[in-house]
Amino acid sequence: MTASTGDAVMAEGLEKRFGQTIALAGLSFSVPRAELFGVVGPDGGGKTTLFRILATLLVPEKGTAHVLGRDVVKDLWELRRRIGYMPGRFSLYPDLSVYENLRFFAAVFGTTIEREHSHIAPIYSQLEPFKDRRAAALSGGMKQKLALCCALVHRPEILFLDEPTTGVDAVSRREFWDLLAQLKASGMTILVSTPYMDEADRCDRVALMQGGRLLAMDTPKAIAQSFDRPLLAVRAARRYPTLLALRESPHVHAVYPFGDTLHYVDARAQEPAAAIAAELSKFLASRGFADAAVEPATPTVEDSFIARMGAPEGTRAA
Amino acid sequence: MTGDLAIDVQDLTRRFGAFTAVGGITFNVRVGEVFGFLGANGAGKTTAIRMLTGLLAPSSGRATVAGHDVARDAERVKRDIGYMSQKFSLYEDLTVRENITLYGGIYDLRDRDIRDRSARMLANLELEHAADQFVRAIPLGWRQKLAFSVALLHQPRVVFLDEPTSGVDPITRRQFWELIYDAAAAGTTVLVTTHYMDEAEYCDRISIMVDGRIGAMGTPAELKRDFRVSSIDDLFVQLARPSGSSQEIRRSGGQTLQETRRSGDLS
Amino acid sequence: MSALAGLLRKEVYHILRDRRTLIVIIVLPVLQVIIFGYAIRTDVDHVRLAIVDPAPDTVTLAIRARFNAAGVFQDVALVPRIEPLEDLFRRGAAQGALVFEAGFAERLARGLPSGLLIIADATEPNTGSIVASYATAVIQGYQQEAPPSRGAVHIVPSVRMRFNPTRESSNLFVPGLMAFVLTIISSLMTAISLTREKETGTLEALLVSPLRPWQIIVGKVAPYLVVGFASVVGVIFEARLVFHVPLRGSLSLLLIEGIVFILVSLSLGILISARTSSQRVAMMGALIGTMLPTMLLSGFIFPLESMPWPLQAISVVVPARWFVLVARSVMLKGVGLAYLWQPTLVLLVMALVLLTASTRAFHERLDQ
Repeated sequence: MTASTGDAVMAEGLEKRFGQTIALAGLSFSVPRAELFGVVGPDGGGKTTLFRILATLLVPEKGTAHVLGRDVVKDLWELRRRIGYMPGRFSLYPDLSVYENLRFFAAVFGTTIEREHSHIAPIYSQLEPFKDRRAAALSGGMKQKLALCCALVHRPEILFLDEPTTGVDAVSRREFWDLLAQLKASGMTILVSTPYMDEADRCDRVALMQGGRLLAMDTPKAIAQSFDRPLLAVRAARRYPTLLALRESPHVHAVYPFGDTLHYVDARAQEPAAAIAAELSKFLASRGFADAAVEPATPTVEDSFIARMGAPEGTRAA
Repeated sequence: MTGDLAIDVQDLTRRFGAFTAVGGITFNVRVGEVFGFLGANGAGKTTAIRMLTGLLAPSSGRATVAGHDVARDAERVKRDIGYMSQKFSLYEDLTVRENITLYGGIYDLRDRDIRDRSARMLANLELEHAADQFVRAIPLGWRQKLAFSVALLHQPRVVFLDEPTSGVDPITRRQFWELIYDAAAAGTTVLVTTHYMDEAEYCDRISIMVDGRIGAMGTPAELKRDFRVSSIDDLFVQLARPSGSSQEIRRSGGQTLQETRRSGDLS
Repeated sequence: MSALAGLLRKEVYHILRDRRTLIVIIVLPVLQVIIFGYAIRTDVDHVRLAIVDPAPDTVTLAIRARFNAAGVFQDVALVPRIEPLEDLFRRGAAQGALVFEAGFAERLARGLPSGLLIIADATEPNTGSIVASYATAVIQGYQQEAPPSRGAVHIVPSVRMRFNPTRESSNLFVPGLMAFVLTIISSLMTAISLTREKETGTLEALLVSPLRPWQIIVGKVAPYLVVGFASVVGVIFEARLVFHVPLRGSLSLLLIEGIVFILVSLSLGILISARTSSQRVAMMGALIGTMLPTMLLSGFIFPLESMPWPLQAISVVVPARWFVLVARSVMLKGVGLAYLWQPTLVLLVMALVLLTASTRAFHERLDQ
């Protein structure tokens, strides 16, 4: 996909290192306007570094990045008026109330809560009952909503959210992503990094980063469909022993827990899944797991990512 | 006295002034079970765990962990359990080896045991090459796995894990869970809290705390069947949004009265 | 509401809500001045005096009476011979002794030199020399008022300690103490404030905003100027009320100089914390960077004139040195700006330099 000039983000060959550690090893990608773009990947993979560069907080050693058509290094003051950023951890003032935090960030951007009220209403309405509560006393989900509100109050054209839902409970996460969907619908470009695969599914496109590189970038559906080996789901009463047994089956490529099943990936790419299913049932029965139910499974984004990330050093996978 | 129950909780309650954080919970965990202790932030999970690990005295009710009463024998409880939380696990400015030695010392292990067990642990995790690196130089996923192993160093009978895989990638999370399974297979009882609903499925049984009480408890399969949902995620959402007036408050973005009284992250 | 005003208001919230900080800022300086002031006084009181008067006469009695009246001495023994003194001094029962020659008054009346031996216990040299000088002063006071003897020429040495006639050491110390306390508190406060933002992660959010570094720094320094001003007023109050240090010059001048001095210290605190993100490191840096130089090189305790010249040269860059000079001049000598324009200019330049340096040191990104 070639970048078009109207893209919200254009990164070309970004490189960044911290001492001996290479954080970004040459990253190139682009994000069109009004896209909800997800970034997933292991910790230390470079996600935060990338977001900080795009938010004008860090300078890359090599390569360029343009946000909203502006260079992140040269035009940082103009960009800082037009982007919104949520850092990876809670970045608000714990001893100030919800209202005071919001009012402060509005002032810093030269506006007021009253002026932007209609713009932030969807989120602020959820916060308003607690507007006099100290930020430190809010629950995790509320804190993140407040941080989002503060990042939005100056009507940015693009949002960079670095792991905004880590450590937040499932209900609040859903509510948060509903808000993101609303924002995207109103034309906002959003880049989000997340460790949750179900959130990756809600993005227009997802990128997988590991070791400072892009391993994959496409729509969630395409990524899921790019899974290139037979995948089966095994349901068994005694999960762990079944898992260990499966690891010893002759053509196994990988076995891992997956929700309420175990996912088994066969090494033989061309073999039809149904045939493998029958084989596997017999194998498990011979090991004493006659109750196991084996059937072909549809690969998900998570399966693809696991396949692409490969096993980091020191895994006991087969 | 406890038979094969590693954790036995009867009507455990904890009040803070007028506010009830935990309102009489009852459940048990069998030896070698992997028990998922779920709930939204502020539902009372952390308070409950603090009581079970001997850090907080109950207001009323009883709980027995590893055969000791948490109110009367808190010190014995602490000696027989392991604990790991995502907020604090290892000292970042000490090396891997130093951390292991430190915890070994805290739990009164003999030097020889510390040496043997740490060698085995490092081999298991394939971290021998990093044994003399500072913990802060090691990626998060490794740190979590190491912290878990260190929590098991003194071979406790029960181990409490508080959001141990927070923020960690899918592969490392699974590796972590294999460590959990390993431990459980060896007879260690594991009580774990998590926000990853797929990890809930990995547990033998789970409980979901809502507003200080247990809203649902059972095996994942049972609960999905009883509540007629296809995933634990949906179950969670349904439970955390009860019907009635509190649902209305929720739908308009507010929090229920309970949450209003308590909406701090009590962890 | 402008960005800067928003910043100032936020900082005020922080100051007011962190009750411990508030107490430290307002109560601590006052407390320190009191404690230090009383502890460091090198005045000597209740000097234990032994008197050897073999033949008490009108003169010896008059002299002894004077000693009593001086309020500094305390008679502990009256003996007719010198021998017991040895034991009294050894035991520490006496710190000083007055030994009259036999026939003191008679010899004086005849114009012959009369011997009066003043013995001071100099194992504590400070006390020793003070006892000696007190005693000498009492004698001279007597000599001045005694009827001149026939034909004798009396030389009355006039030893007066200018501006500190009673030799109360508070007058010398308290201005220095003010500088000491003000500089520590000021640099600590800004150092803590800036690194607290770094530690909580809020600095990252501030950096991504349109706020320029100078705005952030002004937003941090300005509120503490107000707080520092309250401290200045506090310590001046203490100096006047508790230690009775005079204020012979203009109060407004002193307050203005105090504010300039605080500005210097606040900027120093920012500079120290611009490069570190740990509160502890910043606090240590602030303490060491202000406490030691102020204690040793400002003329606070140790006079500058008696230091070797390399140290005197270094003291030129210690802000407290200039403020101590200013404070002593204004309070004890009563001079005005005409005499003090030079130290004032030095302080203003220091403030400017430090503020500029800290703005430069303050990165507009997470790294540079």
